[in-house]
Order: sequence, then structure tokens, then C-alpha cells
Amino acid sequence: MNQLEAALRYLNDPLNWSRTNGIIDLLLQHLRISVIAVAVAVAVGVPIGALLGHIGRGGAFTVALSNVSRAVPTLALLTVFAVTPIGFGPTATTIALALFALPPVLTNTYVGFRGVDRDVVEAARAMGMSERQVLLRAELPLAVPLLMTGVRTAAVQVVATATLAALVAGGGLGRIITLGFRQQDYGAVLAGALLVALLAVATELLLAVVSWAVTPGPRRLAFGRVRTRQVGAGTVAATP
Amino acid sequence: MFAADAAPNPWFDPSYVTSNWSTILAYLGEHVRLTVAAVLLGALIALPLALLARRSRWLAGPVLGLSTLVYTIPSLAMFAFVAPITGLSATTVLIGLVLYSLVVLVRNFLAGLQSVPADVQEAARGMGYGPVRMFWQVELPLALPSFMAGIRVATVSTVALVTVGVIVGHGGLGQLITGGFNANFYRAEIVTGAVGCVLLALVADLLLAGAERALTPWARRARA
Repeated sequence: MNQLEAALRYLNDPLNWSRTNGIIDLLLQHLRISVIAVAVAVAVGVPIGALLGHIGRGGAFTVALSNVSRAVPTLALLTVFAVTPIGFGPTATTIALALFALPPVLTNTYVGFRGVDRDVVEAARAMGMSERQVLLRAELPLAVPLLMTGVRTAAVQVVATATLAALVAGGGLGRIITLGFRQQDYGAVLAGALLVALLAVATELLLAVVSWAVTPGPRRLAFGRVRTRQVGAGTVAATP
Repeated sequence: MFAADAAPNPWFDPSYVTSNWSTILAYLGEHVRLTVAAVLLGALIALPLALLARRSRWLAGPVLGLSTLVYTIPSLAMFAFVAPITGLSATTVLIGLVLYSLVVLVRNFLAGLQSVPADVQEAARGMGYGPVRMFWQVELPLALPSFMAGIRVATVSTVALVTVGVIVGHGGLGQLITGGFNANFYRAEIVTGAVGCVLLALVADLLLAGAERALTPWARRARA
């Protein structure tokens, strides 16, 4: 395992971490792009999904959206935005990633709100809650677990996809991998792969804990929850 | 000011497609070969794993946990992990793709097998069905919708994932996407690659839906 040694040597060199465009710089770029993309997707997807779920319409639309989005290669969208007048750079990457994060957030939010027991909604209305209160105080807490599954799926997907930005001259940790390939330096390639994989797993774990923390009532840690789904129903899986 | 701004650079250009037809076909061929091989190999490995996971509860946990972990690893990192071993070859891409399709397939296969009602199995056993005949004639037909759903999801996402193979020079139609990007942002080439990928995924999905219909004539009869 010569290359593994080379990878560890790469990771063990403080200069590789601290120099300009070193690991720290790239990691911060990666995180900034990912956080903004997920935040935009949540800001757009959660209200729309909640409203559609609340009025019980648009199910076919959200399912179609998530199925079609699976067929669009992430690389294609990243590239297409880079060759518009926006130009390649963090903005194009962020827009493409936000678009990719939208379907899982939207669909899971929709399914979460749609799945709330109608009796609960009726009871809330009978207690004199306004529509707004029904939405925010009765349906939202019950929809939180699925909503958070959507956010977690989207976040892991975005962190993973942000790596691909390096293929079209973007920033982020993927750059270590692409640069390594270009220089035939498999030690750097492996080191980059390790960092990216660790970041993705850490994101998954962090958001599992966050979703545990924000879920009201009896709860359990959502590790290993089944995330793939059958066509046409349930939650949406990410594309790695 | 880029040179790209001065020269016309249309998004759609039929003349690009016609004059580069053989190149496009070659990349399309690689794309299809990689996808079919990845899903087939994935299914061949996933089936025994799903059968094992169903048999014992303590195996199901690790199998599903491991598959979640594999699915979390970004595709570029996956190819980067494999590349030092197999080099800049299509094999590198294939191994990564098989791992991802495997993950989707194991879960759907397991869900399908678990959806077979216990009393149906018992009735078959009572009629003298052995484990092999039971699988082919009772369990497989009943689990087929779930199996096919998994194969469709795996196929569509594999078609999209093949493009990441450009990192080792074997990305099928993805080569057109990065090729166009590197050729001074040549939009017609990029769009051809991107649209080709989406069309390929849709065609594959339709073909599989047709296959599912043909394989489950009883479902059609029940609906009619």
C-alpha cells in the first residue's frame, strides 16, 4: 500500500493544510458553497412543500420532479451554469447545487405534511386554530422527522456534489483529487478522496443528531434509516 | 472579454451533432456498456446478499449499514479510491458504479423478499416446494415489482453517475460535457452530452417499465 502511505504523508504535511488553496482553504470554500446551497433549497423547498402538503395537491408534480432530477447528471448542471453569462466560479456552483438540493427537500416536506393524520388536523381546527396555526403548530411538529430526512439527504448530496465542481474549474475539496489525477499523484488523489468521504459521513452524522434534537416527542437516532425508496412514493434518495 | 463572447456560441447546433455523429455514438456506446454492466453485476451480487440478509437478522443490520456508508461516499472520491488499483481505465468507473447500484438493489431486493406473505410461503412449502422452486415460482414473481423498482432507480442514477467517470477519461457522454467545457466553453457539445444523458436515462426507464409490464401479465389482468 505505497499509495496509502503517500496519502498519509500528504495529510501529515502541515503545509498542505495551511498554504493558500491548501486543505483548510478548500474545506472552507466547500463548506461555504454547501451551506448556502442547502439554505437556499430549504428556504424555497420547505414553504412550497408545506403548502402543497397542507392543501394536499401537487403530489404528482413533486414525484415527477424528484424522478426527473435523478436522471439529470450533476456534472451537466454544474457545467451548464458555468457556461452561461454567470461564468464559472462559486456562484454558478452554488446555483447548480441549490437546484439539486431542492427535490429531496421539497418532496420529503410534501410527504411529511401530506402524511399528517387528517384527524389531528380536524381536531386542531375544532380547537379554534387558524389555518396558519394548524400549519405551524399541529402539522409542522409531526412533519419534522421527514422534513429533516429531506434536509439531511439534500445536505449529504450537496457536500458530495460540490466535489464535482472541481471538474469544471470550481473550488472545493474535489480540487485535490482532480489536481492529483492531472499530476498522476495517487497519494494526493487518495488523500483528497479520504477527506471528501470523511466530510460526507460527518455531514450525515451531524444532521442525524440535529434531526434527533429538533424532533419533538419520543425519538430515536436516525442512523441507518432506509433512505432508498420505490418509484412513486415515500422519501427520496440522494445521488452520490 | 472572452473569445467565446465574440464568436457565436449557440446552445443548440444540429450541425455539431451531424458532423460529430461517430464520436457521439462511440461515447454513447461506452455509456450504455458501463450502465448495463454495472446494473447487471450489481444485481448478480445484490441478490445473494439480499437472500443472506433475509435469512438472518444479525446479517441484515451490517449489510444495510454498510450500504448506507457506501452510498454516502461521493462519486468522485469513490473513483479516486479505486483508481490507484485499476488505473485510468473503464474498470475503475465500472467498480464504482457497481458499488452504488449494489446499494440501491440490495435494499429493494430485501424489501421485495420481505414483502412475500408468510402464509403464501407456508402454503408453497406445504405443497412440497423446495427452496429453489420456491424462489423461482413463488417468491420471485411476488417480489418482482419491488425488484424492478430497484433496477429502474439503479439504472437511472447509474446513467447520471457514469458522467463522473471523466475523471479517469471514461465518462461516456460526460466526455462531451467536460470536452466542451475545456474547448473554450463550446455550448453545443456540452448540451449534446447533457441532453444525451437525460434522454438515455428516460429511454432506459421506459424500456424497463415495458419489461416489467411484460414480465407481470397478472398485474395487468388484475387492473383491467
